[in-house]
Amino acid sequence: MSAARHRRPVPAVAIHIALGAALLFFASGSAAAQGDSLRTSPVPGTPVISDSALEARTRSLAVQLRCAVCQGISIQESPSGLAGEMREVVKEMLRAGKTEEEIKAYFVSKYGEWILLEPKPRGFNLLFLYVFPTLVLLGGLAGIGVLVRRWSAAPAPPAA
Amino acid sequence: MNWKRALLTPAIAIPVIGLFAWGMTRDPKYIPSPLPGRQAPAFALEVFAPGEAPFQKAPGEVIRLDSLRGKVVVVNFWASWCLACRDEHQDLSRAAMRYANAPVQFVGISYMDTRPNSLEWIEQMGGQAYPSVDDPRSRTAIDYGLYGVPETFILDVTGRVAHKQTGPITHALLSRIIDSLLAARPATETK
Repeated sequence: MSAARHRRPVPAVAIHIALGAALLFFASGSAAAQGDSLRTSPVPGTPVISDSALEARTRSLAVQLRCAVCQGISIQESPSGLAGEMREVVKEMLRAGKTEEEIKAYFVSKYGEWILLEPKPRGFNLLFLYVFPTLVLLGGLAGIGVLVRRWSAAPAPPAA
Repeated sequence: MNWKRALLTPAIAIPVIGLFAWGMTRDPKYIPSPLPGRQAPAFALEVFAPGEAPFQKAPGEVIRLDSLRGKVVVVNFWASWCLACRDEHQDLSRAAMRYANAPVQFVGISYMDTRPNSLEWIEQMGGQAYPSVDDPRSRTAIDYGLYGVPETFILDVTGRVAHKQTGPITHALLSRIIDSLLAARPATETK
């Protein structure tokens, strides 16, 4: 009998562990290679985000940021080069463990609140974008109510 | 009855017309920058266009904003595909030469462009007095809140953004701002 035939069979659990370790090794290697080329490197201890989760979070944040070279569309919708780079910045910052608020704060510090497609409801914004339209709407509804009451209270035209 | 209506109509119409009139005076493409008054974002970018003496830098040399502390720095974002950049090019080069013996540094940053196109453009324009650097992946442009070219940032000797110009800048405006920043330098900075 050859030595090979005397070898004990490798347990299935061990094969699975080895395969899992190999996959983890290659995955971490490619992530590290990507991270090296980025300006923002992950903070040690930052939970690893899967590619699909990262893409989803990038999209959800990108739709909230205005394209700087377009008119009224988000960086997610824009095909412009600058919007593409801004999406990459969002992705890099998410990968580095930044929160959505920190990322928005970064863009606001560069472009002002203009960069947010939905301005924060405070101060001047609160007054002109939220309070004023609400008052106009309520005023309009009150006006319609008054007119309807007047019309319904008006005497019916005499029958012919 | 009618006096009420006569008052109500202008009371509503005049503010609305006023609001529209005010809106017509605004440029919808203009984005007010939060940078003036703040410390300029740092950069360390590689020279691809060397400029001319006495500002000449070797291609490949890295210009670090931190190393320019103590000088008035003019950072100009430009591109070969930008028509308005042609309008200001001579003014920038002339101003750079005018302040050749003063603590003033001009830096051009290429925006969304290729090196061959940028170098060809400089040659077509008859040269560029000061060096230009590459901005890979537009990270510095985003750090400066750029939304088009040309845009020019003038930094004081402490590295604070003193002025942001959207669109072409003129020699007269450059001179006025640089003169005021040089005059405002602390006594220890004066040489």
